[in-house]
Amino acid sequence: MTVKKLGLRQRYEHMTRGLDWETTYQKMDDVFPYDSFEGIKIKDWSAWEDPFRLTMDTYWKFQAEKERKLYAVLDAFAQNNGQTNLSDGRYVNVVKLFLTGISPEEYQAHRGFAFTGRHLRGAGARVAAQMQSLDELRHLQTQVHTISHYNKFFDGIGEFPHMHDRVWYLSVPKSFFDDARSAGPFEFMIAIGFAFEYLLTNLLFVPFMSGAAYNGDMSTVTFGFSAQSDESRHMTLGIEVIKFLLEQHPDNLPIVQKWVDKWFWRGHRLLGLVAMMMDYMLPKKVMSWKEAWDIYFVEAGGSLFQDLERYGLKMPKYADIATEEAEHISHQNWAVFYQYTHAAAFHTWMPDKEHLDWLSAKYPNTFDKYYRPRWELWAEMEKEGKRFYNMALPQLCQTCQIPMAYTEPGDPATICFRATQFQGETYHFCSDGCKDIFDGEPEKYVQAWMPVQQIFQGNCGGPTVLDVLAWYNLNAGADNMDYTGSPDEKIWKEWHPDADAARKAV
Amino acid sequence: MTVTAITPDYVKHIEIRDIQQNFHGNILVYVHWEEHLSFCSAIAFPLPPAMPFGALVSDVIAPHYAAHPDAAKVDWAAVNWMIDGEKATPDFGKSLAENGMHHKSLVRFWTPGLTGRAAS
Repeated sequence: MTVKKLGLRQRYEHMTRGLDWETTYQKMDDVFPYDSFEGIKIKDWSAWEDPFRLTMDTYWKFQAEKERKLYAVLDAFAQNNGQTNLSDGRYVNVVKLFLTGISPEEYQAHRGFAFTGRHLRGAGARVAAQMQSLDELRHLQTQVHTISHYNKFFDGIGEFPHMHDRVWYLSVPKSFFDDARSAGPFEFMIAIGFAFEYLLTNLLFVPFMSGAAYNGDMSTVTFGFSAQSDESRHMTLGIEVIKFLLEQHPDNLPIVQKWVDKWFWRGHRLLGLVAMMMDYMLPKKVMSWKEAWDIYFVEAGGSLFQDLERYGLKMPKYADIATEEAEHISHQNWAVFYQYTHAAAFHTWMPDKEHLDWLSAKYPNTFDKYYRPRWELWAEMEKEGKRFYNMALPQLCQTCQIPMAYTEPGDPATICFRATQFQGETYHFCSDGCKDIFDGEPEKYVQAWMPVQQIFQGNCGGPTVLDVLAWYNLNAGADNMDYTGSPDEKIWKEWHPDADAARKAV
Repeated sequence: MTVTAITPDYVKHIEIRDIQQNFHGNILVYVHWEEHLSFCSAIAFPLPPAMPFGALVSDVIAPHYAAHPDAAKVDWAAVNWMIDGEKATPDFGKSLAENGMHHKSLVRFWTPGLTGRAAS
């Protein structure tokens, strides 16, 4: 007699849906209290098409295999002193930005998907969210392990969780995820599952992972490969979520559209940090932010929304403004960090001539007109011993919490100021996109923990810059300021006594 | 519009973090020098509302913009002011409050003839 084996699909269904049941001791609405208040209507959870039919045992096996490979490479990288083979010591600042600004958000994503994995009523969606929750936790762990090797040699790395909760510019990614996690489970799924992990994910991971590959950071590249199959699963989940919600009930469309508009804009603002990294921080460039935006948002995003048109979903509001800003944001963000280098946990520098020429070529419409003169002015001041610092604290946008450094649409020489009144109090915004988000839920954003305001209220260690840096656990004189003259540069030069000459000769 | 929340009394539980009372008698004032984008954004200061506008200019604005090569050339009598979106002619002898400023007011100013280097 032959033993009958289950097919993959049957096996999957038994291991997931088959374990689900209608509760009788408690009302289903009491067991799943979070999945109705957002106004999303689900008629039939069984219509959910599981994007990846993966059972937990297969999942563990698959992930364990990837971990073995990753840690083998990390060991080899450490034993071979891989950190000495980077393109330049400046590159490590990309890793610092990633560890302080992105890795803690992997953890936030883990928490958020654990929540949705508990609170969505459909078993298929719950299982998918639970697996993504585990993925995100694994990503945090592997990133920390990967980058810990650099912590043996370079500054600005060891205090990343503490910094994430306190440092002014890290409130940008932190508040982004706080916003998503304090929303209901469906908004979270659209915010992180769809907008972040599907629509914008290539603009986050391709720059960092290609950047690592181009600059000799083989450990981060290997992490990237290890995460890649997870990411494609996350993308499939993101697209399934939005299609499922739109297919379930026509009343869901305006709610989903509002979330897509909001999270596209929030994502665009957050990715400005990646834009700056690509155009300014990678010693060997992959492509410009503008080129990445055109490929991954204008083209790929454009065809995605053509596909979603049949559900009535439109391109996100202000997508045209975001595309116009792709000419500017990397420069505007680098200007922020250059002048606040004393309060940053990574190093800054002015681009050298070769780098300036690359920027001029990549941004023919804007760089020479608006930004090159600024960099040249600052380079001259640096030469005269008057390196430019901004010694006041910046005005922050109430929604994205970024210094209000962005310019008016159509007028790159004038800062964009927007304001609104709510219950007699004034709130300021960097853009119409951020103002609309506030106006949609003012009671939520009036609670924002704004780093500048908190310093003035006396909640951040004291009144002086040094007090605040100490409260950040930022080691002043090592973690912050320009790369030139830093301990990072010193150790790099010890490894590469001819580095400067070689860099100039390239 | 209001927050889509699971708790019907959401608004009772919120804490507005930046109300004026939290600033120890000061108001938050934002200042921005137009056409000088070396300063990446407007800059923020907690200031007593009784401070004369002239002191805002001489003790707060001028020193914080001093790093710019144009700063020494500014003729403060010729400056064009805008307070909270309206063109203004502030009285330097009167206080910020008397000049219509409140918590989180934004003061933008233009310096005729001085536009930085390509607005930087």
